[in-house]
Amino acid sequence: MIQAIAFYLFAAVVILSGAMTISSRNPVHSVMWLILAFFNAAGLMVLVGAEFIAMLLVIVYVGAVAVLFLFVVMMLDIDFAELRAGVMRYAGIGLAVAVALAAEVIIAVGAWSAGTLDLTRRVAPIDPVVPNIQAIGNLLYSRYVFIFEAAGFVLLVAMIGAIVLTHRERSGVRGQNIARQVNRRPQDSTRNMQPPVGQGVSL
Amino acid sequence: MTGFFNTTVGMSYEWSWFLATIIGILVIALPLMLAVAMIIYADRKIWAAMALRRGPNVVGPFGLLQSFADGLKVFLQETIVPAAANRGLFLLAPIITFTVALIVWAVVPFQAGVVLADINVGLLYVLAASSLGVYGIILSGWASNSKYPFYSALRAAAQMVSYEVAIGFVLISVVLWAGSFNLSTIVLAQRAVWPIIPVNGFAFNPLLFPMAVVFLISALAETQRAPFDLTEAESELVAGYQTEYSSMSFALFWLGEYANVLLMCALNATLFWGGWLPPIDWAPLYVVPGIIWLFAKILFFFFVFSWIKATVPRYRYDQLMRLGWKIFLPLSLFWVFLVSGVLMFMRVGI
Repeated sequence: MIQAIAFYLFAAVVILSGAMTISSRNPVHSVMWLILAFFNAAGLMVLVGAEFIAMLLVIVYVGAVAVLFLFVVMMLDIDFAELRAGVMRYAGIGLAVAVALAAEVIIAVGAWSAGTLDLTRRVAPIDPVVPNIQAIGNLLYSRYVFIFEAAGFVLLVAMIGAIVLTHRERSGVRGQNIARQVNRRPQDSTRNMQPPVGQGVSL
Repeated sequence: MTGFFNTTVGMSYEWSWFLATIIGILVIALPLMLAVAMIIYADRKIWAAMALRRGPNVVGPFGLLQSFADGLKVFLQETIVPAAANRGLFLLAPIITFTVALIVWAVVPFQAGVVLADINVGLLYVLAASSLGVYGIILSGWASNSKYPFYSALRAAAQMVSYEVAIGFVLISVVLWAGSFNLSTIVLAQRAVWPIIPVNGFAFNPLLFPMAVVFLISALAETQRAPFDLTEAESELVAGYQTEYSSMSFALFWLGEYANVLLMCALNATLFWGGWLPPIDWAPLYVVPGIIWLFAKILFFFFVFSWIKATVPRYRYDQLMRLGWKIFLPLSLFWVFLVSGVLMFMRVGI
Protein backbone atom coordinates (compact mmCIF):
# COMPACT_ATOMS: atom_id res chain seq x y z
CA MET A 1 0.00 0.00 0.00
CA ILE A 2 2.62 2.50 1.11
CA GLN A 3 4.91 1.30 -1.67
CA ALA A 4 2.17 1.86 -4.23
CA ILE A 5 1.49 5.35 -2.88
CA ALA A 6 5.21 6.13 -2.88
CA PHE A 7 5.59 4.82 -6.43
CA TYR A 8 2.76 6.91 -7.81
CA LEU A 9 3.99 9.96 -5.88
CA PHE A 10 7.57 9.64 -7.16
CA ALA A 11 6.50 8.79 -10.71
CA ALA A 12 4.03 11.67 -10.90
CA VAL A 13 6.61 14.14 -9.59
CA VAL A 14 9.26 12.85 -12.03
CA ILE A 15 6.94 13.36 -15.01
CA LEU A 16 5.68 16.71 -13.78
CA SER A 17 9.14 18.09 -13.03
CA GLY A 18 10.45 16.73 -16.33
CA ALA A 19 7.73 18.65 -18.12
CA MET A 20 8.42 21.76 -16.07
CA THR A 21 12.17 21.47 -16.85
CA ILE A 22 11.58 22.05 -20.54
CA SER A 23 8.64 24.42 -20.23
CA SER A 24 9.69 26.90 -17.54
CA ARG A 25 10.89 30.25 -18.84
CA ASN A 26 13.64 30.87 -16.34
CA PRO A 27 16.68 28.58 -16.83
CA VAL A 28 17.44 28.55 -13.10
CA HIS A 29 13.93 27.24 -12.46
CA SER A 30 14.58 24.62 -15.14
CA VAL A 31 17.66 23.39 -13.30
CA MET A 32 15.71 23.22 -10.05
CA TRP A 33 12.97 21.15 -11.69
CA LEU A 34 15.66 18.91 -13.17
CA ILE A 35 17.10 18.37 -9.69
CA LEU A 36 13.64 17.47 -8.41
CA ALA A 37 13.30 14.97 -11.26
CA PHE A 38 16.68 13.38 -10.41
CA PHE A 39 15.69 13.17 -6.79
CA ASN A 40 12.41 11.42 -7.43
CA ALA A 41 14.06 9.10 -9.93
CA ALA A 42 16.40 8.12 -7.10
CA GLY A 43 13.30 7.47 -4.98
CA LEU A 44 11.96 5.14 -7.68
CA MET A 45 15.28 3.29 -7.75
CA VAL A 46 15.15 2.77 -3.99
CA LEU A 47 11.66 1.31 -4.45
CA VAL A 48 12.91 -1.34 -6.89
CA GLY A 49 15.76 -2.21 -4.51
CA ALA A 50 18.66 -0.51 -6.31
CA GLU A 51 19.68 1.67 -3.37
CA PHE A 52 23.33 1.92 -4.43
CA ILE A 53 22.48 3.31 -7.86
CA ALA A 54 19.97 5.67 -6.24
CA MET A 55 22.63 7.09 -3.90
CA LEU A 56 25.09 7.43 -6.79
CA LEU A 57 22.46 9.24 -8.83
CA VAL A 58 21.99 11.77 -6.04
CA ILE A 59 25.72 12.16 -5.29
CA VAL A 60 26.89 12.44 -8.90
CA TYR A 61 24.01 14.15 -10.67
CA VAL A 62 22.40 16.22 -7.95
CA GLY A 63 25.54 16.87 -5.91
CA ALA A 64 28.01 17.61 -8.70
CA VAL A 65 26.60 17.84 -12.22
CA ALA A 66 23.54 19.91 -11.38
CA VAL A 67 25.62 22.25 -9.21
CA LEU A 68 27.77 22.97 -12.27
CA PHE A 69 24.64 23.48 -14.40
CA LEU A 70 23.25 25.88 -11.83
CA PHE A 71 26.58 27.65 -11.59
CA VAL A 72 26.69 28.28 -15.33
CA VAL A 73 23.01 29.06 -15.79
CA MET A 74 22.99 31.44 -12.82
CA MET A 75 25.56 33.68 -14.47
CA LEU A 76 23.96 33.70 -17.91
CA ASP A 77 22.50 36.93 -19.14
CA ILE A 78 19.77 35.55 -21.32
CA ASP A 79 17.72 37.42 -23.86
CA PHE A 80 14.49 35.43 -23.97
CA ALA A 81 13.25 36.97 -27.21
CA GLU A 82 16.40 35.85 -28.98
CA LEU A 83 16.01 32.34 -27.58
CA ARG A 84 12.48 32.03 -28.84
CA ALA A 85 13.46 33.19 -32.32
CA GLY A 86 15.33 29.93 -33.00
CA VAL A 87 12.41 27.64 -32.20
CA MET A 88 11.22 27.10 -35.77
CA ARG A 89 14.74 26.42 -37.03
CA TYR A 90 15.17 23.43 -34.71
CA ALA A 91 11.56 22.22 -34.92
CA GLY A 92 12.43 19.53 -37.46
CA ILE A 93 15.25 18.02 -35.39
CA GLY A 94 13.14 18.23 -32.22
CA LEU A 95 10.28 16.46 -33.94
CA ALA A 96 12.60 13.70 -35.19
CA VAL A 97 13.97 13.11 -31.67
CA ALA A 98 10.45 13.04 -30.25
CA VAL A 99 9.31 10.48 -32.85
CA ALA A 100 12.36 8.29 -32.16
CA LEU A 101 11.74 8.40 -28.39
CA ALA A 102 8.04 7.62 -28.80
CA ALA A 103 8.89 4.67 -31.06
CA GLU A 104 11.37 3.34 -28.50
CA VAL A 105 8.80 3.58 -25.71
CA ILE A 106 6.22 1.74 -27.82
CA ILE A 107 8.71 -1.00 -28.76
CA ALA A 108 9.83 -1.39 -25.11
CA VAL A 109 6.26 -1.69 -23.84
CA GLY A 110 5.49 -4.13 -26.63
CA ALA A 111 8.47 -6.33 -25.81
CA TRP A 112 7.62 -6.24 -22.12
CA SER A 113 3.97 -7.14 -22.62
CA ALA A 114 4.86 -9.96 -25.03
CA GLY A 115 5.99 -12.09 -22.09
CA THR A 116 7.85 -11.88 -18.81
CA LEU A 117 11.62 -11.78 -18.96
CA ASP A 118 13.44 -14.80 -17.60
CA LEU A 119 15.62 -13.06 -15.02
CA THR A 120 17.57 -16.19 -14.09
CA ARG A 121 18.99 -16.53 -17.59
CA ARG A 122 20.78 -13.22 -17.79
CA VAL A 123 24.55 -12.91 -18.28
CA ALA A 124 25.26 -12.24 -14.62
CA PRO A 125 22.54 -13.64 -12.36
CA ILE A 126 22.18 -11.79 -9.07
CA ASP A 127 22.01 -13.49 -5.73
CA PRO A 128 19.02 -11.79 -4.05
CA VAL A 129 20.63 -12.05 -0.59
CA VAL A 130 23.85 -10.18 -1.43
CA PRO A 131 23.52 -6.41 -0.98
CA ASN A 132 23.62 -4.17 -4.00
CA ILE A 133 27.10 -2.76 -3.46
CA GLN A 134 28.70 -6.17 -3.08
CA ALA A 135 26.91 -7.58 -6.11
CA ILE A 136 28.00 -4.66 -8.30
CA GLY A 137 31.54 -4.72 -6.89
CA ASN A 138 31.92 -8.45 -7.44
CA LEU A 139 30.92 -8.11 -11.07
CA LEU A 140 32.69 -4.86 -11.82
CA TYR A 141 36.06 -5.93 -10.48
CA SER A 142 36.03 -9.47 -11.84
CA ARG A 143 34.12 -10.05 -15.05
CA TYR A 144 34.07 -6.45 -16.30
CA VAL A 145 37.38 -5.25 -14.89
CA PHE A 146 38.94 -4.40 -18.28
CA ILE A 147 35.87 -2.52 -19.46
CA PHE A 148 35.83 -0.70 -16.14
CA GLU A 149 39.49 0.28 -16.49
CA ALA A 150 38.91 1.35 -20.09
CA ALA A 151 36.04 3.58 -18.95
CA GLY A 152 38.37 5.07 -16.36
CA PHE A 153 40.97 5.81 -19.04
CA VAL A 154 38.37 7.45 -21.28
CA LEU A 155 37.35 9.72 -18.43
CA LEU A 156 41.00 10.51 -17.61
CA VAL A 157 41.68 11.41 -21.25
CA ALA A 158 38.57 13.61 -21.29
CA MET A 159 39.69 15.35 -18.10
CA ILE A 160 43.22 15.98 -19.38
CA GLY A 161 41.79 17.15 -22.70
CA ALA A 162 39.49 19.62 -20.97
CA ILE A 163 42.38 20.99 -18.92
CA VAL A 164 44.65 21.31 -21.96
CA LEU A 165 41.95 23.04 -24.00
CA THR A 166 40.97 25.57 -21.35
CA HIS A 167 44.28 26.21 -19.63
CA ARG A 168 46.17 29.27 -20.83
CA GLU A 169 49.19 31.01 -19.42
CA ARG A 170 48.40 34.62 -18.75
CA SER A 171 51.22 37.11 -18.55
CA GLY A 172 51.29 40.00 -16.15
CA VAL A 173 49.51 38.13 -13.35
CA ARG A 174 51.01 38.38 -9.91
CA GLY A 175 50.36 35.03 -8.31
CA GLN A 176 50.58 34.24 -4.61
CA ASN A 177 53.91 32.77 -3.55
CA ILE A 178 52.85 30.83 -0.47
CA ALA A 179 56.36 29.72 0.51
CA ARG A 180 57.58 33.32 0.55
CA GLN A 181 54.59 34.43 2.61
CA VAL A 182 55.16 31.71 5.16
CA ASN A 183 58.90 32.39 5.43
CA ARG A 184 58.45 36.11 6.02
CA ARG A 185 59.66 37.19 9.48
CA PRO A 186 58.84 40.37 11.45
CA GLN A 187 62.49 41.45 11.58
CA ASP A 188 62.75 41.35 7.78
CA SER A 189 59.80 43.60 7.17
CA THR A 190 59.83 46.12 10.04
CA ARG A 191 62.50 48.39 11.49
CA ASN A 192 62.48 50.26 14.77
CA MET A 193 63.86 53.79 14.41
CA GLN A 194 64.39 56.61 16.85
CA PRO A 195 64.55 59.65 14.56
CA PRO A 196 65.69 63.01 15.96
CA VAL A 197 62.80 65.45 16.30
CA GLY A 198 62.06 67.37 13.11
CA GLN A 199 64.22 65.25 10.79
CA GLY A 200 62.20 62.13 10.05
CA VAL A 201 63.68 58.98 8.54
CA SER A 202 64.96 58.09 5.12
CA LEU A 203 63.44 54.84 3.86
CA MET B 1 8.13 0.20 17.92
CA THR B 2 6.90 -1.33 14.66
CA GLY B 3 6.29 -4.56 16.54
CA PHE B 4 4.27 -2.72 19.20
CA PHE B 5 1.85 -1.19 16.69
CA ASN B 6 1.71 -4.40 14.70
CA THR B 7 0.91 -6.86 17.51
CA THR B 8 -0.46 -4.82 20.43
CA VAL B 9 -2.51 -2.25 18.54
CA GLY B 10 -3.23 -4.65 15.68
CA MET B 11 -2.40 -2.46 12.70
CA SER B 12 -1.07 -3.90 9.46
CA TYR B 13 2.72 -4.17 9.25
CA GLU B 14 3.08 -1.38 6.68
CA TRP B 15 1.09 1.20 8.60
CA SER B 16 2.67 0.31 11.92
CA TRP B 17 6.09 0.77 10.26
CA PHE B 18 4.92 4.10 8.86
CA LEU B 19 3.65 5.34 12.22
CA ALA B 20 6.77 4.11 14.03
CA THR B 21 8.99 5.94 11.55
CA ILE B 22 7.04 9.18 11.96
CA ILE B 23 7.39 8.90 15.75
CA GLY B 24 11.10 8.12 15.34
CA ILE B 25 11.57 11.25 13.23
CA LEU B 26 9.89 13.38 15.89
CA VAL B 27 11.93 11.74 18.65
CA ILE B 28 15.12 12.74 16.83
CA ALA B 29 14.13 16.12 15.36
CA LEU B 30 12.50 17.78 18.39
CA PRO B 31 15.39 17.20 20.86
CA LEU B 32 17.75 18.19 18.03
CA MET B 33 16.04 21.59 17.75
CA LEU B 34 16.32 22.04 21.50
CA ALA B 35 19.98 20.98 21.32
CA VAL B 36 20.58 23.52 18.55
CA ALA B 37 19.12 26.29 20.72
CA MET B 38 21.35 25.33 23.63
CA ILE B 39 24.41 24.84 21.44
CA ILE B 40 24.06 28.36 20.05
CA TYR B 41 24.09 29.57 23.65
CA ALA B 42 27.13 27.38 24.40
CA ASP B 43 28.91 28.68 21.30
CA ARG B 44 28.39 32.29 22.37
CA LYS B 45 29.47 31.52 25.94
CA ILE B 46 32.66 29.72 24.86
CA TRP B 47 33.49 32.43 22.38
CA ALA B 48 32.89 35.11 25.02
CA ALA B 49 34.99 33.31 27.62
CA MET B 50 37.92 33.11 25.22
CA ALA B 51 37.59 36.82 24.50
CA LEU B 52 37.37 37.57 28.28
CA ARG B 53 33.77 38.69 27.98
CA ARG B 54 30.66 37.49 29.81
CA GLY B 55 28.54 36.49 26.84
CA PRO B 56 24.74 36.25 27.11
CA ASN B 57 23.83 36.56 30.81
CA VAL B 58 20.58 38.52 31.02
CA VAL B 59 17.69 36.30 29.89
CA GLY B 60 17.04 33.54 32.43
CA PRO B 61 19.59 32.11 34.89
CA PHE B 62 23.13 32.52 33.40
CA GLY B 63 21.44 33.69 30.19
CA LEU B 64 20.27 30.13 29.49
CA LEU B 65 17.09 31.30 27.79
CA GLN B 66 18.88 33.67 25.41
CA SER B 67 18.36 31.46 22.33
CA PHE B 68 14.66 31.10 23.06
CA ALA B 69 14.32 34.86 23.45
CA ASP B 70 16.08 35.30 20.10
CA GLY B 71 13.80 32.68 18.56
CA LEU B 72 10.71 34.44 19.85
CA LYS B 73 12.04 37.75 18.53
CA VAL B 74 12.59 36.52 14.97
CA PHE B 75 9.24 34.72 15.08
CA LEU B 76 7.46 38.00 15.76
CA GLN B 77 9.35 39.93 13.10
CA GLU B 78 8.00 40.69 9.67
CA THR B 79 9.25 38.57 6.76
CA ILE B 80 10.63 40.97 4.18
CA VAL B 81 11.09 39.73 0.64
CA PRO B 82 13.04 42.18 -1.55
CA ALA B 83 10.99 43.47 -4.49
CA ALA B 84 13.60 42.35 -7.06
CA ALA B 85 14.00 38.90 -5.50
CA ASN B 86 12.79 35.71 -7.11
CA ARG B 87 10.09 35.11 -4.54
CA GLY B 88 9.59 31.34 -4.76
CA LEU B 89 13.26 30.38 -4.72
CA PHE B 90 14.03 33.06 -2.13
CA LEU B 91 11.65 31.40 0.33
CA LEU B 92 12.63 27.87 -0.73
CA ALA B 93 16.37 28.33 -0.05
CA PRO B 94 16.29 28.43 3.80
CA ILE B 95 13.86 25.51 3.81
CA ILE B 96 16.32 23.44 1.77
CA THR B 97 19.20 24.30 4.11
CA PHE B 98 17.17 23.40 7.17
CA THR B 99 15.74 20.17 5.76
CA VAL B 100 19.08 18.91 4.51
CA ALA B 101 20.60 19.55 7.93
CA LEU B 102 17.89 17.35 9.48
CA ILE B 103 17.63 14.41 7.07
CA VAL B 104 21.17 13.13 7.59
CA TRP B 105 20.39 12.40 11.26
CA ALA B 106 18.27 9.48 10.04
CA VAL B 107 21.35 7.26 9.67
CA VAL B 108 23.36 8.35 12.74
CA PRO B 109 23.47 5.46 15.22
CA PHE B 110 22.84 6.68 18.79
CA GLN B 111 23.39 3.36 20.51
CA ALA B 112 23.61 -0.32 19.61
CA GLY B 113 20.58 -0.81 17.36
CA VAL B 114 19.14 2.65 18.03
CA VAL B 115 19.07 4.25 14.60
CA LEU B 116 16.13 5.47 12.55
CA ALA B 117 17.25 3.96 9.22
CA ASP B 118 19.79 1.16 9.50
CA ILE B 119 20.51 1.07 5.76
CA ASN B 120 23.50 -0.64 4.19
CA VAL B 121 24.42 2.44 2.15
CA GLY B 122 24.42 4.72 5.22
CA LEU B 123 27.63 6.56 4.46
CA LEU B 124 26.64 7.11 0.83
CA TYR B 125 23.37 8.54 2.10
CA VAL B 126 25.37 10.95 4.27
CA LEU B 127 27.42 12.02 1.24
CA ALA B 128 24.31 12.35 -0.93
CA ALA B 129 22.42 14.44 1.61
CA SER B 130 25.37 16.68 2.49
CA SER B 131 25.97 17.36 -1.20
CA LEU B 132 22.48 18.90 -1.26
CA GLY B 133 23.41 21.47 1.36
CA VAL B 134 25.05 23.71 -1.23
CA TYR B 135 21.72 24.31 -3.00
CA GLY B 136 20.25 26.29 -0.14
CA ILE B 137 23.16 28.70 -0.25
CA ILE B 138 23.46 29.01 -4.04
CA LEU B 139 19.73 29.59 -4.38
CA SER B 140 19.58 32.15 -1.60
CA GLY B 141 22.45 34.03 -3.23
CA TRP B 142 20.90 33.99 -6.67
CA ALA B 143 17.29 34.59 -5.63
CA SER B 144 18.19 37.59 -3.46
CA ASN B 145 19.15 39.44 -6.65
CA SER B 146 21.75 41.44 -4.79
CA LYS B 147 25.53 41.76 -5.07
CA TYR B 148 26.86 40.45 -1.77
CA PRO B 149 24.66 37.36 -1.52
CA PHE B 150 25.63 36.48 -5.08
CA TYR B 151 29.35 36.70 -4.37
CA SER B 152 28.79 34.66 -1.26
CA ALA B 153 26.87 32.01 -3.20
CA LEU B 154 29.71 31.69 -5.72
CA ARG B 155 32.23 31.32 -2.92
CA ALA B 156 30.08 28.78 -1.09
CA ALA B 157 29.54 26.65 -4.18
CA ALA B 158 33.25 26.45 -4.97
CA GLN B 159 34.16 25.83 -1.33
CA MET B 160 31.66 23.07 -0.64
CA VAL B 161 32.30 21.24 -3.90
CA SER B 162 36.08 21.35 -3.30
CA TYR B 163 35.98 19.99 0.22
CA GLU B 164 33.38 17.36 -0.59
CA VAL B 165 35.97 15.67 -2.79
CA ALA B 166 38.44 15.40 0.09
CA ILE B 167 35.68 14.23 2.47
CA GLY B 168 34.67 11.57 -0.05
CA PHE B 169 38.19 10.12 -0.16
CA VAL B 170 38.51 10.23 3.64
CA LEU B 171 35.24 8.33 3.94
CA ILE B 172 36.47 5.76 1.44
CA SER B 173 39.55 5.00 3.55
CA VAL B 174 37.27 4.54 6.60
CA VAL B 175 34.94 2.30 4.61
CA LEU B 176 37.89 0.24 3.38
CA TRP B 177 39.08 -0.33 6.92
CA ALA B 178 35.64 -1.09 8.34
CA GLY B 179 34.52 -3.11 5.34
CA SER B 180 31.02 -1.65 5.31
CA PHE B 181 29.01 1.44 4.40
CA ASN B 182 26.66 0.89 7.33
CA LEU B 183 27.40 3.35 10.13
CA SER B 184 26.54 0.89 12.93
CA THR B 185 28.96 -1.66 11.47
CA ILE B 186 31.62 1.05 11.16
CA VAL B 187 31.18 1.88 14.87
CA LEU B 188 31.46 -1.77 15.86
CA ALA B 189 34.56 -2.19 13.69
CA GLN B 190 36.31 0.41 15.86
CA ARG B 191 36.27 -1.77 18.96
CA ALA B 192 39.70 -2.32 20.51
CA VAL B 193 41.96 -1.19 17.69
CA TRP B 194 45.08 -1.78 19.80
CA PRO B 195 45.90 -5.18 21.29
CA ILE B 196 47.49 -4.00 24.60
CA ILE B 197 45.48 -0.90 25.52
CA PRO B 198 42.12 -1.62 23.90
CA VAL B 199 41.06 1.87 22.81
CA ASN B 200 37.95 2.28 20.66
CA GLY B 201 38.20 4.45 17.57
CA PHE B 202 39.82 4.51 14.17
CA ALA B 203 41.63 7.72 15.10
CA PHE B 204 43.88 5.71 17.43
CA ASN B 205 45.00 3.76 14.40
CA PRO B 206 48.15 5.59 13.24
CA LEU B 207 47.26 4.88 9.63
CA LEU B 208 43.84 6.52 9.90
CA PHE B 209 44.69 9.36 12.30
CA PRO B 210 45.81 11.78 9.51
CA MET B 211 42.46 11.16 7.85
CA ALA B 212 40.68 12.07 11.11
CA VAL B 213 42.51 15.41 11.05
CA VAL B 214 41.69 16.00 7.38
CA PHE B 215 38.06 15.15 8.09
CA LEU B 216 37.86 17.58 11.03
CA ILE B 217 39.28 20.45 8.95
CA SER B 218 37.12 19.58 5.94
CA ALA B 219 34.09 19.47 8.23
CA LEU B 220 34.89 23.03 9.29
CA ALA B 221 35.05 24.06 5.63
CA GLU B 222 31.92 22.13 4.74
CA THR B 223 29.85 23.80 7.48
CA GLN B 224 31.42 27.20 6.75
CA ARG B 225 32.64 27.72 10.26
CA ALA B 226 35.58 29.96 11.07
CA PRO B 227 38.35 29.99 9.81
CA PHE B 228 36.58 29.07 6.55
CA ASP B 229 33.55 31.35 6.95
CA LEU B 230 34.32 33.31 3.80
CA THR B 231 30.74 33.00 2.64
CA GLU B 232 29.59 35.28 5.43
CA ALA B 233 32.76 37.30 5.89
CA GLU B 234 31.26 40.41 7.44
CA SER B 235 34.18 42.66 6.52
CA GLU B 236 33.73 41.90 2.82
CA LEU B 237 30.20 40.65 2.19
CA VAL B 238 27.98 42.12 4.96
CA ALA B 239 26.36 38.82 5.98
CA GLY B 240 26.92 36.90 2.76
CA TYR B 241 23.99 34.89 1.47
CA GLN B 242 21.87 35.84 4.51
CA THR B 243 22.07 39.58 3.83
CA GLU B 244 18.55 39.97 2.41
CA TYR B 245 16.88 37.56 4.83
CA SER B 246 14.84 38.49 7.86
CA SER B 247 12.66 36.90 10.53
CA MET B 248 11.86 33.16 10.24
CA SER B 249 13.64 32.61 6.92
CA PHE B 250 16.80 33.95 8.56
CA ALA B 251 16.20 31.77 11.62
CA LEU B 252 15.90 28.68 9.42
CA PHE B 253 19.37 29.37 8.01
CA TRP B 254 20.64 29.85 11.52
CA LEU B 255 19.11 26.60 12.81
CA GLY B 256 20.21 24.67 9.73
CA GLU B 257 23.76 25.90 10.10
CA TYR B 258 24.04 24.79 13.72
CA ALA B 259 22.24 21.49 13.06
CA ASN B 260 24.86 20.90 10.37
CA VAL B 261 27.68 21.71 12.80
CA LEU B 262 26.24 19.24 15.31
CA LEU B 263 25.92 16.66 12.55
CA MET B 264 29.55 17.08 11.53
CA CYS B 265 30.58 16.66 15.20
CA ALA B 266 28.46 13.50 15.36
CA LEU B 267 30.03 12.16 12.17
CA ASN B 268 33.50 12.91 13.52
CA ALA B 269 32.65 10.97 16.67
CA THR B 270 31.00 8.12 14.76
CA LEU B 271 33.57 7.63 12.03
CA PHE B 272 36.82 8.15 13.91
CA TRP B 273 36.32 8.22 17.67
CA GLY B 274 34.18 5.16 18.29
CA GLY B 275 30.67 6.64 18.16
CA TRP B 276 28.59 5.28 21.02
CA LEU B 277 31.41 3.04 22.26
CA PRO B 278 33.27 4.21 25.37
CA PRO B 279 36.81 5.46 24.69
CA ILE B 280 38.39 2.30 26.15
CA ASP B 281 37.13 -1.22 25.61
CA TRP B 282 36.78 -2.03 29.30
CA ALA B 283 33.64 -3.70 30.69
CA PRO B 284 32.73 -1.23 33.53
CA LEU B 285 32.64 1.64 31.02
CA TYR B 286 29.86 -0.12 29.10
CA VAL B 287 27.55 0.45 32.10
CA VAL B 288 27.16 4.03 30.93
CA PRO B 289 24.63 4.04 28.07
CA GLY B 290 26.19 4.48 24.62
CA ILE B 291 24.13 7.57 23.90
CA ILE B 292 25.89 9.40 26.77
CA TRP B 293 29.29 8.58 25.27
CA LEU B 294 28.13 9.76 21.87
CA PHE B 295 26.79 13.02 23.30
CA ALA B 296 30.01 13.57 25.26
CA LYS B 297 32.01 13.14 22.06
CA ILE B 298 29.69 15.44 20.09
CA LEU B 299 29.99 18.11 22.78
CA PHE B 300 33.77 17.74 22.84
CA PHE B 301 33.99 18.27 19.10
CA PHE B 302 31.59 21.17 19.32
CA PHE B 303 33.91 22.72 21.88
CA VAL B 304 36.79 22.21 19.43
CA PHE B 305 34.75 23.94 16.71
CA SER B 306 34.02 26.92 19.01
CA TRP B 307 37.62 27.01 20.17
CA ILE B 308 38.82 27.23 16.57
CA LYS B 309 36.24 29.91 15.85
CA ALA B 310 37.45 31.97 18.80
CA THR B 311 41.17 31.68 18.07
CA VAL B 312 41.95 31.26 14.37
CA PRO B 313 41.82 34.18 11.91
CA ARG B 314 39.90 33.81 8.67
CA TYR B 315 41.61 32.24 5.65
CA ARG B 316 42.12 34.10 2.42
CA TYR B 317 40.10 32.60 -0.43
CA ASP B 318 43.09 31.44 -2.48
CA GLN B 319 44.54 29.79 0.63
CA LEU B 320 41.24 27.96 1.13
CA MET B 321 41.25 26.64 -2.44
CA ARG B 322 44.93 25.74 -2.18
CA LEU B 323 44.33 23.75 1.01
CA GLY B 324 41.41 21.89 -0.53
CA TRP B 325 42.75 21.06 -3.97
CA LYS B 326 46.52 21.04 -3.60
CA ILE B 327 46.93 19.53 -0.14
CA PHE B 328 43.86 17.61 1.02
CA LEU B 329 42.89 16.11 -2.32
CA PRO B 330 46.33 14.56 -3.15
CA LEU B 331 46.85 13.57 0.49
CA SER B 332 43.51 11.80 0.87
CA LEU B 333 43.81 10.20 -2.57
CA PHE B 334 47.23 8.86 -1.67
CA TRP B 335 45.83 7.66 1.65
CA VAL B 336 43.11 5.63 -0.07
CA PHE B 337 45.90 3.95 -2.03
CA LEU B 338 47.98 3.44 1.12
CA VAL B 339 45.11 2.08 3.23
CA SER B 340 43.96 -0.32 0.54
CA GLY B 341 47.57 -1.47 0.08
CA VAL B 342 48.02 -2.13 3.79
CA LEU B 343 44.69 -3.95 3.95
CA MET B 344 45.66 -6.05 0.96
CA PHE B 345 48.91 -6.96 2.69
CA MET B 346 47.25 -7.70 6.05
CA ARG B 347 44.11 -9.55 5.05
CA VAL B 348 44.75 -11.09 1.68
CA GLY B 349 48.53 -11.46 1.54
CA ILE B 350 50.47 -10.44 -1.53
